[in-house]
Amino acid sequence: MDIRPILSTLRRHKITASLLILQIALTCAIVCNAVFLIHQRLQQIDIPSGIAEHELLQIRFAYIGDRPNAYAQAQTDLATLRQIAGVQAVALANQLPLSGYSMSNSGIKLLPQQQKTSLEVASYYGQNLLATLGVRLISGRDFQPDELVDLKTALPALHSGDMKNLPHTVIIDQPVAARLWPGQNALGKTIYFGNDIPMQVVGVSSPLARPDSLQMGAQNSIVFPIRLTATEGGSYVIRTTTGDREQVLKSALAALKRLDPNRIVLEQRTYDELRHGYFQDDRAMAGMLAGVIAALLLVTALGIAGLASFWVGQRRRTIGVRRALGATRGNILHYFQTENFLLATIGIALGMALPYGINLLLMMRYELPRLPGIYLPVGALALWAIGQLAVLGPALRAAAVPPVVATRGD
Amino acid sequence: MKGKGMFGYYFDLALRSLRRNKVLTALMVMAIALGIGTSMTTLTVLHVLSGDPLPGRSSTLYAPQLDPRDMGDYQAQGEPPDRVTWIDGMNLLQAKRADRQALMTGGSVAIQPAQSAFDPFYETARYTTADFFPMFGVPFRYGHAWGAPEDAASAAVVVISSTLNDKLFGGRDSRGRMLRVEGHALRIIGVLGDWRPNPHFYDLNLKSYGGDEGVYLPLSTSQDLHLAHVGGADCWGNGGDGATPAHTAPCVWLQFWVQLDTPTRVAAYRQFLIHYSLEQKSLGRFLRPPNVRLRNLMQWLDYEQVVPGDVRLQNWLALGFLLVCLVNTVGLMLAKFLRRSAELGVRRALGASRRALFMQLLVESGVIGLAGGLGGLLLAYLGLWLVRRRPADYAPLAHLDGAMLGMTLVLAVVASLLAGALPAWRACQITPGLQLKSH
Repeated sequence: MDIRPILSTLRRHKITASLLILQIALTCAIVCNAVFLIHQRLQQIDIPSGIAEHELLQIRFAYIGDRPNAYAQAQTDLATLRQIAGVQAVALANQLPLSGYSMSNSGIKLLPQQQKTSLEVASYYGQNLLATLGVRLISGRDFQPDELVDLKTALPALHSGDMKNLPHTVIIDQPVAARLWPGQNALGKTIYFGNDIPMQVVGVSSPLARPDSLQMGAQNSIVFPIRLTATEGGSYVIRTTTGDREQVLKSALAALKRLDPNRIVLEQRTYDELRHGYFQDDRAMAGMLAGVIAALLLVTALGIAGLASFWVGQRRRTIGVRRALGATRGNILHYFQTENFLLATIGIALGMALPYGINLLLMMRYELPRLPGIYLPVGALALWAIGQLAVLGPALRAAAVPPVVATRGD
Repeated sequence: MKGKGMFGYYFDLALRSLRRNKVLTALMVMAIALGIGTSMTTLTVLHVLSGDPLPGRSSTLYAPQLDPRDMGDYQAQGEPPDRVTWIDGMNLLQAKRADRQALMTGGSVAIQPAQSAFDPFYETARYTTADFFPMFGVPFRYGHAWGAPEDAASAAVVVISSTLNDKLFGGRDSRGRMLRVEGHALRIIGVLGDWRPNPHFYDLNLKSYGGDEGVYLPLSTSQDLHLAHVGGADCWGNGGDGATPAHTAPCVWLQFWVQLDTPTRVAAYRQFLIHYSLEQKSLGRFLRPPNVRLRNLMQWLDYEQVVPGDVRLQNWLALGFLLVCLVNTVGLMLAKFLRRSAELGVRRALGASRRALFMQLLVESGVIGLAGGLGGLLLAYLGLWLVRRRPADYAPLAHLDGAMLGMTLVLAVVASLLAGALPAWRACQITPGLQLKSH
């Protein structure tokens, strides 16, 4: 179809046409960035935790009064939990991946006397941790029972710098190994914590997600051979065999309460519930962004439809004349469709620069990555489709204008 | 026709004109309502979250910051930690260089009600020195706070919130009753009135909003009873992760607030902090050069970025959305006004001035804006209801107040007048009589 008559008509409606183009450009820019933000959030939600998520349960208590024999009690608790039908393994853990509540982070140095830390990692510890969580060892070994140090001994030793009562070994996960020694074998290497406390890497595990602060490297985690008790903030972590997890949770809670009724349950949940809770803000935000996109496209569509029907009304006589001179209904329909396509294309072309501008602003303020090019065609397609849909109604009405209108005076 | 009569006439004309083209009118009203509704929802959330928690007092309250860390990860001009160590907190407290000063930290304690029908439960606690109450202007329903003698003696006393008092004592005056906290009996000496500062400015380490405590007791008492500290600690060197750090540990875990009534006192206090840092450095306790900050309450909230990033992002999005809605309205108004060229031409020919036509069209835009604003208000109520259903800790605060309600309508009318100005001006550029000829 020849677009010259369309262009010359548009030139006579400069203001209206440029408003439409401006609206399309703005919508395109916002939609591109919103789709990108949604994608970011969804990617976040899909982060692998690296553990056997669907088999795990967490129970956390608070205690009233001191418990001098907490370590012996912890052993009894763990042994009792192991007896429950449907329980595969049990552990006490200081923290769990994606729980949103970080107890412990450490700065790793590669050399003693190093000024700057090389990497900030999440530090996990607890008894029987890796096997219960379902984290695989890629190379090296798990901790031996005689390597484990009690937290109540390790903490004072750390503060006084007493190396003897501190752990000497550490297991790091694969992303940490790759960051610290790219392309090398991490086993046997020494890393330093705090005021140059050396620890030897004895194992490299599969990736394990952090409890929070994912922007610091979602899967930078290490494990120390330290035992803790539930009175020190540890959680009982139970890995179930494929069965009724809710039932196991109930029996476990009842058994622990029998052993020591004087404790308050702070947390009793499946790992899936924990994970769901961690990402609820991201899900809500993604939902809100989707709502904004829908509302924007709706407003733009209605605006296009409104203007198109105004134009159709204004050009009824012209359309009648064209029909009288032999233009088919199809010609008229195509005329309005092409006109809209042209406007949308100009809007999108102008709008292409805008998404990047907005994205740059967002990058500076909200630490977002650069908008990938793939989002521009997405926005463009959405606007072309919306434009064509919106103009269809008025265009059909225009096509229905009978040739006889040309001869009437209205 | 002059003044009121003129306006009334234009208003009548506007209503007639809007009725004549219902679809176009509905589209414009809807676009403005959507744009105003979403922006007012996010603006209200932003307004609530960035509000002043202590109006009238906030300008005299300051959060001093020191830098006691070792040279690891040292950067010149870096920000000092936002809390203090036990030793520095105690030193600053005892120096008494401010008009008032309080050292505090958060906790979580088990309460064992005397009535056996109640199970023990956990309550958030504040361990603080006595100035906390007069400095922040905390209202009391019954009794009063403790004073310096109780701080010095680690007295077994406690102040509870009115919510906890309602729960345990049915709202009655509970002064003199004993409260079992972590197995220790503490005597209740006061019950707070309505005290819910939002944001929870004095301790942002747990929840920034809705984090008011149920139990308040002297800091010294909490340390004597080994009550657990909540809110974590930032440690360096061999500090470890310090869940409840020892008093000598290289960890910051306490909040320190001062009241400074005059600018002179503020300047003097800043000098004192530098002087203190130098003194500690010469003693070998501090390793870094003096690096102090003295922010007042509102600067502190700004520095701590207390308003969640998501909320600010949503606000930008909503304003972008409003812009699109306005551009959309400009286009539709242009279409509408130009369509009436004939009518306007007749009015010009009959002697109406351009100015009069312009005013008439602006009144029409204003009417659309008012209708859109009312629609937007409904949408904002709906939007805030949705926000309140979200799990975020600020969610329950999202309510429209009088100021925001007025602002909604003003914003809607102003926005629609702006949107109407260009189309109205364009439509007035009409030669009288020309339109009469062509039809």
